[in-house]
Amino acid sequence: MSLADKDRIFTNVYGYQPWNLSAAQARGDWDNTKDLIARGRDAIIQEMKDSGLRGRGGAGFPTGMKWSFMPKEPPKDAAGNPKPSFLVINADESEPGSCKDREIIRHDPHKLIEGALVAGFAMGARAAYIYIRGEYIREAETLFAAVQEAYDAGLLGKNAAGSGYDYDVFVHRGAGAYICGEETAMIESLEGKKGQPRLKPPFPAGAGLYGCPTTVNNVESIAVAPTILRRGASWFSSFGAENNRGTKLFQISGHVNKPCVVEEAMSIPFSELIEKHCGGIRGGKDNLLAVIPGGSSVPLVPAEQIWDAPMDFDGLKAVGSGLGTAAVIVMDKSTDIVRAISRLSYFYKHESCGQCTPCREGTGWMWRVMERLRTGEAHVEEIDMLQQVTKQVEGHTICALGDAAAWPIQGLIKHFRPEIERRIEERLGSLQEAAE
Amino acid sequence: MPKVKVDGVEIEVPNGATVLQACELVGKEIPRFCYHERLSIAGNCRMCLVEVKPGPPKPQASCALPAADNQEIRTDSEMVKKAREGVMEFLLINHPLDCPICDQGGECDLQDQSVAYGRGGSRYHENKRAVTDKYMGPLIKTQMTRCIHCTRCVRFSEEVAGVDEIGALYRGEQMQITTYLEHAAKHELSANVIDLCPVGALTSRPYAFEARPWELKKTLGIDVSDATGANIRIDARGREVMRVLPRINDDVNEEWISDKARYQVDGLTKRRLDRPWIRRDGKLQPATWAEAFAAVGSLNPGNSIAAIAGDMVDCETMFAAKTLLGALGSSQLEGRQTGMDYATDSMAAVNFNSTFNGIETADVILIVGSMVRWEAPLVNVRIRKAVKRGAKVFLIGAEWETTFGGEFLGTDRSLLGALPQHVTDAFGVAKRPAMIVGGAGLGGGGLGAALALSSSLNLVRDLDDGTQWNGFNVLHMAASRMGGLMLGFAQKGGLADIVNAKPKVVLSLGADEVDYTKLADSMIVYIGHHGDKGAHAADVILPAAAYTEKSGTYVNTEGRVQFADKAVFAPGDAREDWTILRALADAFGVSVGFDSFEELRSAMIAAVPALGIEGLADYGSALPSGGGSASGAIAAYPIQDFYMTNPIARASAVMQRCSAELLHGEDMAEAAE
Repeated sequence: MSLADKDRIFTNVYGYQPWNLSAAQARGDWDNTKDLIARGRDAIIQEMKDSGLRGRGGAGFPTGMKWSFMPKEPPKDAAGNPKPSFLVINADESEPGSCKDREIIRHDPHKLIEGALVAGFAMGARAAYIYIRGEYIREAETLFAAVQEAYDAGLLGKNAAGSGYDYDVFVHRGAGAYICGEETAMIESLEGKKGQPRLKPPFPAGAGLYGCPTTVNNVESIAVAPTILRRGASWFSSFGAENNRGTKLFQISGHVNKPCVVEEAMSIPFSELIEKHCGGIRGGKDNLLAVIPGGSSVPLVPAEQIWDAPMDFDGLKAVGSGLGTAAVIVMDKSTDIVRAISRLSYFYKHESCGQCTPCREGTGWMWRVMERLRTGEAHVEEIDMLQQVTKQVEGHTICALGDAAAWPIQGLIKHFRPEIERRIEERLGSLQEAAE
Repeated sequence: MPKVKVDGVEIEVPNGATVLQACELVGKEIPRFCYHERLSIAGNCRMCLVEVKPGPPKPQASCALPAADNQEIRTDSEMVKKAREGVMEFLLINHPLDCPICDQGGECDLQDQSVAYGRGGSRYHENKRAVTDKYMGPLIKTQMTRCIHCTRCVRFSEEVAGVDEIGALYRGEQMQITTYLEHAAKHELSANVIDLCPVGALTSRPYAFEARPWELKKTLGIDVSDATGANIRIDARGREVMRVLPRINDDVNEEWISDKARYQVDGLTKRRLDRPWIRRDGKLQPATWAEAFAAVGSLNPGNSIAAIAGDMVDCETMFAAKTLLGALGSSQLEGRQTGMDYATDSMAAVNFNSTFNGIETADVILIVGSMVRWEAPLVNVRIRKAVKRGAKVFLIGAEWETTFGGEFLGTDRSLLGALPQHVTDAFGVAKRPAMIVGGAGLGGGGLGAALALSSSLNLVRDLDDGTQWNGFNVLHMAASRMGGLMLGFAQKGGLADIVNAKPKVVLSLGADEVDYTKLADSMIVYIGHHGDKGAHAADVILPAAAYTEKSGTYVNTEGRVQFADKAVFAPGDAREDWTILRALADAFGVSVGFDSFEELRSAMIAAVPALGIEGLADYGSALPSGGGSASGAIAAYPIQDFYMTNPIARASAVMQRCSAELLHGEDMAEAAE
């Protein structure tokens, strides 16, 4: 049983139809948004909570609950004036493997913009800032144009969509830093500062953008909100396993016959996802080596463990990994797995913001050791040392980039230690041969 | 008041305290690099990790975590030990092993903490990072390869100094701390980042490779480069003062000092007067002490003698001179060298009554004729703090670049009698209104008008909490001013009275800012330490001791009495000032009643009891009503060049370089073209 077309939220994810407002309205977007808003803040948040939607940005925090953290009564500034609240939408999709927000923005931007209005209203926000990844040039152009369309049609701005609620949406382009996808770094960057994560607490819901209450949500979490409200929480929660409800955009890349972005029900088994939508593993099931199921920052899972695993938060956690953004990177047996993980280590070294010590110094160290492990120029003890270094980074940093840099290596050592040892021994052997 | 448990010890901590502070209250040492009490919390070094329950099963940064009820904090667990070792190892992998040639050696947080909390050795065998050197001006020497990116320097310049000069470039391993476009750090407190830097990345350029901390004799002193009376530690080796560092005094300088206070000390070894000189045939010629005293004694001035105190002398010297003149029957004492003649009947009217701590809490401040940044950089820091808390600042006088915003109302002193409506409105709703009158504001009848304004604005008032608030402040620039005024070094007409009296002899106590051409008919006996303007005009030079070379009492602009100790001996034949004045009494054949420094000090305390008690002198809060109208534009401020305000600074090569590069750099670049 897989997702029927009538149950898809993103009906234009492949861009077969135009993205513009009239086409979007034909697909059902902006359909009587006024009525959604008329339900009131509490009803919207309750509906989102009932739907069981968990944040689509990777951490999987329940979206409705996140919205409910926003203060009902705005806090006052020093002069006694109420502070505005903000919604920040994270479109800084930089995780290697992830490409779902991009499809939403370029083919279905009005889902996002409508979601921005509804979600913003539900949390009492004055405006939404969509922080879009700097490299998404065409996508940003589309988004700017779509927002303008919405303003021209009276769907945003004063009395947005006739709801009586004043609401603005601003699109802000990033400058190409992975770390700006971290919510507080994004807020810093929006404020015009160096994109470095902030200390928590205070959490953004208390003091975020410009010191005002702020919620940061992923594009997908926001874009699905209007449809959930229209079709009801029970419809949405009819998909997926307990605690992992709804539909989800999966992005499958790597060694499958047909890499794709596809909307599927949560908890679909890995095998079904691959066989049905991607034309199977290149060279057949037996050629599968390992899978990184949730974007570069989750540990890899070897073939035999992933094959029947349900693709959801809890199911992948059970196999020692995570759903992340559901960016499934499939690697067959032609893959140099050590090199692949080493390349990820380089990515994290390159993208570490440099603020806190373990990540700044540790990512470079880990990458350098990984490079030596790749060629075998190392000692077997160094594998254990590397494992310890990853443990010294993990959990010792301000944001989760340290964890994200450590986990892929931990996954590699856990599952492919023999391969690493083989390389070291092989090189040692060749040296001895040359010496003789 | 949350109750927490630190390593099994239960303790109640103040509201708003962090876990780190809670640990310190129990007496546990928490290692740290980025955390600093006077800066915002960055939480980026990760050295202060502790285990906290309840909480996630990972160590928490204690500097940023608020202490909450029923927390169980462990600083001695295996997890904490591992975390510290890990962070220490990370900090050291890219830190060069150049301690033997690093000036921070011996007073380096990284050294100390790696011994206490680090692993025995490193497991890092890759190449280390190197960073190209940065230029931060004539005072700060950089070696950015040593930087551990704690960002204390960045936060200091942004938060305390109020100048966005230092920042971080790039990210990750490539992150570098630098000044904007590698321009020199230009504000008056720039060198404090050297003290803040926990490693040897920012060290003192003038002090580079001069001494090791354990070679230095440390003496507690008071800075005399301005009237704030910053508490300093004088580090000397042998007979030479090697450097000056700030001491912590929350009431005065917190833990900062100005660049001038820190770096003028190399001037103490240059242009010194180290033997007596006598003018013969229009030319100064070397002499012995006996000849010099004989020459002065033979002048036989009777009561036709005056004394002018310089900006840096201590109270004892002034009192000794006063006693000597009193024995001769003269009371012609003056310390306001530039000819100021404001009324000094009430000490409260010429005092910084709010105190430096108090001015931080002011909510509206009117600054009249003071370029605070140069006249008292440490007070500038306080005003910036007040503004950060929401205070409004208005200024009268020529515009200067403030670090706290503020609105310039105009340059004319007559504004004191006709403040714009929005300013009086602001004062009307203020709870703690304050006024600061600087040197340029005191002239032209400014003090009287300011006093009149202060009574109409009701600056002295009882607050809701029962304490009294006195918002009337005078900001002086000379370290000797308040002490001098307390000892009566003020004539009604100022210096003009002395000029008009045409005294036979003028004792110049290190007075280098006086226009001596007006005293051409007098014999000038210069008792001072530098061959500056006063010495050039002198007929007899009696070499004396600089502020590091004598014990002394100083009163800062708040009326705060502070004592300084002697760090080194004066060079050559130079003597401490009071001994010279004592010997002059013999030369004049009069008795002054003291034979030792202790006797002199007790005589002074007997005359002015307030000078014997460390702390704020009580001048009462009653202000004279003032009156009269002020006039004239404040088009310029007394200090033309921050780095050249006193004879020591003028003799200092470092201060000369600062002046040339930081203040006149653009002119120089233009001239070179």
